[in-house]
This record gives sequence, structure tokens and C-alpha cells, in this order.
Amino acid sequence: MRYLPLTDAEREEMKRVIGIAQVSDLFTCIPSGQCRPPLDKLPKALSEPELTALFREFGRRNSFSGYLSFLGAGAYSHFIPEVVTYLSAKGEFLTPYTPYQPEVSQGSLQAIFEYQTMMAMLTGLDVANASLYDGATAAAEAVLLATRRSGRGRVLLAGSLHPEYAAVIRTYVQNLPIEMVTVAVDEASGRVDAADLEAKLDDGTAAVLFQSPNFLGVVEDGPAIAVAAHGRKAYAVQVVAEAMSLAYLAAPGDAGVDMAVGEAQSFGLTLGFGGPYLGFIAVREEFMRQLPGRLVGQTRDLDGKRGYVLTLSTREQHIKREKATSNICSNEAWCAMRAGMYLAVMGRAGLTRAARACHLNAAYFARAAAGKRSFRVVYERNFFNEVLIEVMKGSASDRAAELRKQGILAGVPMAWFDARQKDRLLLAFSEVHDRAAIDRLLDALGE
Amino acid sequence: MNTLPKLIFELSREGKIGVGLNEADVPDEPAVDRELQRRELADFPQVSEVEIVRHYMALAKLNYSVDAGFYPLGSCTMKYNPKINEKLAAAEELQAHPYAPHDLVQGNLEILARLEEWLQELTGLAGFTLAPAAGAHGEFTGMLMVRKHLEEKGDPRKLVLIPDSAHGTNPASAHFAGYEVKEIASSPQGTIGLAELRPHLTPEVAALMMTNPNTLGIFESDIMAVADALHANGSLLYMDGANLNALLGAVRPGDLGVDVMHINLHKTFSTPHGGGGPGSGPVGVAAHLLPHLPVPRVRREGKGFDVVYDDPRSIGRVKNFYGQFLVIVRALAYLMSLGRENVRRVAEDAVLNANYVRKRLEKHLDLPYKGPSLHEVVFSDSGLPVRTLDIAKRLLDYGIHPFTIYFPLIVHGAMMIEPTESESKETLDEFIAVMETVLREAREDPELLRRAPTRTPVRRLDETLAARKPVLRWRRGESL
Repeated sequence: MRYLPLTDAEREEMKRVIGIAQVSDLFTCIPSGQCRPPLDKLPKALSEPELTALFREFGRRNSFSGYLSFLGAGAYSHFIPEVVTYLSAKGEFLTPYTPYQPEVSQGSLQAIFEYQTMMAMLTGLDVANASLYDGATAAAEAVLLATRRSGRGRVLLAGSLHPEYAAVIRTYVQNLPIEMVTVAVDEASGRVDAADLEAKLDDGTAAVLFQSPNFLGVVEDGPAIAVAAHGRKAYAVQVVAEAMSLAYLAAPGDAGVDMAVGEAQSFGLTLGFGGPYLGFIAVREEFMRQLPGRLVGQTRDLDGKRGYVLTLSTREQHIKREKATSNICSNEAWCAMRAGMYLAVMGRAGLTRAARACHLNAAYFARAAAGKRSFRVVYERNFFNEVLIEVMKGSASDRAAELRKQGILAGVPMAWFDARQKDRLLLAFSEVHDRAAIDRLLDALGE
Repeated sequence: MNTLPKLIFELSREGKIGVGLNEADVPDEPAVDRELQRRELADFPQVSEVEIVRHYMALAKLNYSVDAGFYPLGSCTMKYNPKINEKLAAAEELQAHPYAPHDLVQGNLEILARLEEWLQELTGLAGFTLAPAAGAHGEFTGMLMVRKHLEEKGDPRKLVLIPDSAHGTNPASAHFAGYEVKEIASSPQGTIGLAELRPHLTPEVAALMMTNPNTLGIFESDIMAVADALHANGSLLYMDGANLNALLGAVRPGDLGVDVMHINLHKTFSTPHGGGGPGSGPVGVAAHLLPHLPVPRVRREGKGFDVVYDDPRSIGRVKNFYGQFLVIVRALAYLMSLGRENVRRVAEDAVLNANYVRKRLEKHLDLPYKGPSLHEVVFSDSGLPVRTLDIAKRLLDYGIHPFTIYFPLIVHGAMMIEPTESESKETLDEFIAVMETVLREAREDPELLRRAPTRTPVRRLDETLAARKPVLRWRRGESL
């Protein structure tokens, strides 16, 4: 077996050195009746060509790739420059351990320091960490951080938060003294209902969590939510499920929010059937020593040279154990490093261009949809790259199934998450689409 | 003087571009109010493609990696990461959108189902979730299931018992699942038996979290009696499977009375560590906990596969979508390559390698716990003229990544060595020779070790400075 380099002769010699007759002598610590269970139900070993053929067969049983896709809702298709794929695959980046020995890990550490910097710039906040698992768990960590820092136990969740994010938050806090309260969405604007928010905010509220752009595609009035939250000394937390929006919309920090958390899969990670992705958290400086997860900081070596280390580790589980700010250990370091590469390659001009294309394509669709009789755009302005439509006849799922026959995946049926929304589809646009593709979608949706 | 590469921001020059991407071909007519749009991305990098490639190539040279050399990090299982698995995981045909209709992603659903089946067979547990993103996430998921199970029986209880040799994630995960943690002392042999458990086994105990083999590399031989005692008390046995590599094909935790366990695909199943993730932490459960597994769950439906999204008895959803799918792809590819013929060999060679290193080094180093070692061995720095840290740093000068240091906490100056089955005897001999050299240097010239490393790209870094005045990002005009 090519992954097992010992030869039989070497095994014999090693046994001699150890002083055993057979390898099973090393396993006598295992209760004898339980030792060496039968393995005959497991499949036989495959050679490399056989393995390749098997996975090609799995690929063949997937049949999504011929479709023109407008699926989004938390996972987005974007152009990935080949340089990103090439560099991130290098073994020096893919196969190291966590950089606990900084003298031989400056490559990973500096790359993550650069990533942290770019995420801080994009969010308009002071500090970003070295990654969390994904957008949903990042939102849950933000809830834990806000309650810990404020000493308060009530958290308001906007009703327009991604339903999977809300579900994960509820899973995380189910056994903790934290009360989750949902704030209504104003149907007319697609935004957080300001009156309901005001009514539910009280002096026990730790934070208001709102997603922007939200799950209906609409950009929230971040400054208004932040002002309302701060009026009760609660924190405003913005969830960003589509990180590309950060390059086009006002930065969370500029809108006055205290923390931004979310999903940065859009920064150079493939769709990958949902993972691995990249959770991020960025905060104002006052939260720095309460952050979950790893942080890379700058320092000097014995000769005075600039270098980087993992820092502020007294927050973490390997030091603080049950008093740690989070249980997170392995995170998404390689994804963060790859996102840093993506952001560096795209740069100021490329990232701005891609983000603008996402929005302009969505705007083109929304404008062209005006006056259609078979469907309508629910919120005609103030979206980023996702547009919610309502079909006028039948269910959205049926309509999506019809479009599938024409080779188009026309968005995510909202009924998957909320049975009452059976006539709605959420469509995502990005720089991978062009006018011809959007025209094809418009044609297929009908007059 | 600074020999490290510049930061990407320091390479930036106005007007440079690293990407070939056109503007959109639709009219430039935004539909967002002006005040909702962002100001310019000031200070964002502007670097050409070739300069970016050289920047990262320069960074790559500063990293140690499994591809470059021996990585005997105890409890981290830094085995070789097969290259074919990278190619398979990158295949276009697998990069589906997670909300693509199920009939269009049958191949991906089958990959998930097949890995679950492998893990069930290897562990003897009744069912798995592949959703957790890493080991600690798996622990948390597992403890939520423990709690749900006890809650349904009428009382979630209050306490979780954790041995003093446990990894720090165990207490943290139990805490976030709503439990108080009680640390229990290991026996003089470094293990947990009935004598250690009994005094703590009150009606308030929800579970014991036991790492097996434990972080000393010692198999918990009393595990079946411990499981029986817990079960008789209405408590559950959680097994931390971080060290499962030693047990592949040797014993199935499900046969030992384990109720819940997590495993690490990025340890036992060869997926790359990536400098700290992405990992994947599947959790397996015995039959009585099956209803509490998180959603979504993939199930066989006739000849195809379907997904269950709702189950009122589930603990709920722990992550977006289906988990770390592309990590799962690599793990399945690894297992399919091993097949039933080689799975047991992995554990046997890993244990053989660890015992060989132990035998060769125990004449030089203090071995505080002398029980039989499985996949790793833990020495202490007792009696040495230098600290463990100094030995670790000197190893860097010889081009070898140090072992895990100062863990487990119950060993003074712990040096925790896990060679894994990936390493040849030649590599082990070279490591042993370097260790002998370093230990000789420690006696003859301890200062040499305290000054080490001297041959690395940077020398020892000032961690106190980093923590006292944190600089966690670059800002224009603030460069060191």
C-alpha cells in the first residue's frame, strides 16, 4: 500500500528492537473479546485508476452542471482566478498544522494577517479574526459574544435572517440562559419592522442581529437599527451571507454596527456542495479580547525582525478550558488564506468590478421584469445581487420545475423555508452571468 | 533589517491590476440608494499577477508542512495527505450548489451516505452525522445529543466528568452544551478506571467524556466496566475519537459501550490540516441516540438518496448545508484506497512506529507513565538541564517539526510524540538520531538550546509584546 512505507523486513527489525514477537502484542491492552473485529463488510481496496473511475461515476450521477443557475441564498457562484486555485493548492499552504511553531510558519501567519486586514477593511471594523466555521456558526458565535460582553441574556433576531442561520443559532443556545426573540419584517419594504424592533428592545437586550442584504435580498437600514440598539445599550450585529456585497454596499462599521459576521465563501471558494466555507467575524476594538477563534498578531523576533504569531490565546480553550470564549479549535484556516489570495488577486479594481457586476446584473433583471404579467419583482430597489420574485399563477416550485425543463435553475423556492411563501423564488445574480443569460431567464419566465 | 516578504499592502501601487475581468455588459444603472453604497476600498491591494505569485511563493518557502517533512505532533495525527484526493475533491462535477434539486446531486448524496456507512462499520456505532465542521464542533454536537437524550428521559442532569488529561475542547464543548464540568484525576497509571470514576458518579452526572486511547497514548483498558458503571447510573459515555487512528480495525468503540463519539477526518482519515482547518468532525451514536442526530440527514430511498430536513427529536441544525463536503470527499477517497485489506495495517504501523520511537528514546528521556503505548508516547523534561520548549526549538534548527509540547497537562514539560503510520523507518531513525544529538547538546551547551532556533527564517518571537499591544492588522503609516 503506497501510503504505508514500512517494509516487512523493517517491521521485523522494529519488532525485534521493541522486544515483541508480533504486532498484536502491542494491542493486548484491548479487551480480548473485542479485538480485531471482522472487516469483511468493507469494500476492497481500489487502485488509483479504479478510485478515479469511481469518483468520475459519482460525478456522472450529478447532473446539475448543464444548467444555467440562479441559485444563491447563502452560497454563491463567482469567478475564481486560476492563480488562486494554483497558489492555494501548494502543499506548503495545504499541509501544515496550526502555526503553533511560528519560526517555521511565517508563511501561513503572514497570509492570515493579510486576510484579517482585508476583512477589517471590507467590514469597516477594527479587527477580524482568523476564521470561524461558516456564516451560520459565526452568527451563533456573535450571539455568544454579545451576551458574554453585555451580561444580558436577550437577543433579537431579525425575521429576515437566513432561516438556516436562525436554526443554527437556536441549536447553539438551546441549553444556555439566552432568550431569542424574532423581530417582524415589514412586508411593504422587506426590512426589519422599526416599530416592532423598538417595542421588543429593552434594557435586558444584549444585541440585535440583522442580516443585510437580508434573506429577501433587501439591504437593511443599518444605521437606523444601530441607533435603535444603541439607544438601549444593546449591540448591533450585522450578518452578511454574501460577502461580495461588502465591496459594493456601505461597510457595516460605517453604518455604526458593532460586529459584522457572516459567510465569505464568495471570496474564492468553490460551491463544493456547501462546504468547506468560511465564517468571518469582525468587531470594534472593545470586543477584541472577547473574540472567539484564532488571531494572528504582529510582533518582533529576538533580532528585532518583524514577524507574526498566534496571539491573545488566553481567550482560547487550550488555556481557559470551560471558561474559554468558544470551544473552537481547528477552524477554516486554509479557506481564510485562500480568501486572502482571492482578495489580493482581485484587488481594489477587480473586486469593485465583480461586486458592481453582481448588482448591475440583478438591477437589469429587476428593471426588465417591470410590467410582466406572469411574475413580479417583490422589492424593486435596494437589493444587492438577489431578487425576490412572486409568480402570479401556480406555485413557485412548479414554475421552477418548468424552467428546469428549459435548462434553468431559477432560484431557491422560499417555500423550502416557509410554507406560506409558496409563490416566491429568490434569484441570485453575479458576474458569472451576462446579459444573454439574464435575457434567457426573462424569456423563460414569460410575459 | 527585514528579510521577511513585504506585506501585500506594501507591494501595492496605484493602477496595478491582478485579474482579467470585464465590466458587466448590462447598462450601468444601479438600483441601490446612494447612501447605501460604500466608499472606495482605500488601501486595498493593487498588485499585478506575477507579483502576487511571487509574494505567495515567498511565503510558501517560510512554511513547514507534511509535504516537506516529519511532523510528530502528538494527538494531531499529521499523516500524509494523498495527492489524488485533492484532484478528486476539486472535480467540477462535484461542485454543486447546496440547494440544487436532490435529483441533480445524487452522486454527492451517495458520497455522504457511503462515508457514513464506512464510519459505522469501523466504529460499530449505529449512525453518523457528517455535519460538524471540526472535532470541537463534533464534541458540542455530541454533548447536545447527550443532553437531549437525558432530557427526554426526564432530567438533563448537571455535570459532565472529564479526565485531567483531556484536550481543552472537551470542557469548553460541555460548557456550551449547558453542563458544569468536573475534572477527575487520572490514576497513577494515567488512566480512568472504576476507582477514579466511582467517587464522582452521582445522580447528577450526565456523562463522562473519555479520550481513548487517551492523550498519553494509553488505551483505557477499563472502558467496558466504566461504561457499565455509567449506564447503571443513567449516565452516558462520550468518547473523544481524536486518537482513533490507533484503533482502526483493532477494536470498535461501539462494541465497548460507547454511546457517542466524534472523529476527526483531518486526523485519522488523512485530509489536509490546511494550517488549522478546514477539518470535519463526524459524530457517531449508538442506536438509542439516533433520533437526536442533527438535520439534515441523507437516507437511501430505493435506488437513490433523499434528505430529511425536519425531525422534532433532533437537536436541530449545527451548520449550514451538509457540512464540510469536500473534506468528506477526500476522506472517502482515502478509505476506498485503503480498503478492508489495509485499514488495520494503518493502526498497526502507527502503533509499531510509536513503540519503536519509545523504545529508542526511553533510555534518554523520562517516561512518567509507563503503560503500553498505542499511537503516541509522552516523555517529560524531568532531569534535563533545559526545558521542553528549548528542545522543541532546537529541533527546528535540524529541520524537524517539534512534537506537541506541554500537553497533556498532567506531564511536566510534556513531549508528546505521534509518528503516524506515514513515516518510514529511515525517517524515524533520523529523528531519533537528531533527538540524541539535541539531548547531548543540552548537556554540553544548554545555552545553545535556549538561543535556538537560529537557522529558521525568524528567531523566537516576542509573544508577550504581541499580546500586550496587539497589532492584528496592517494600517497605512503604522508599519513596524
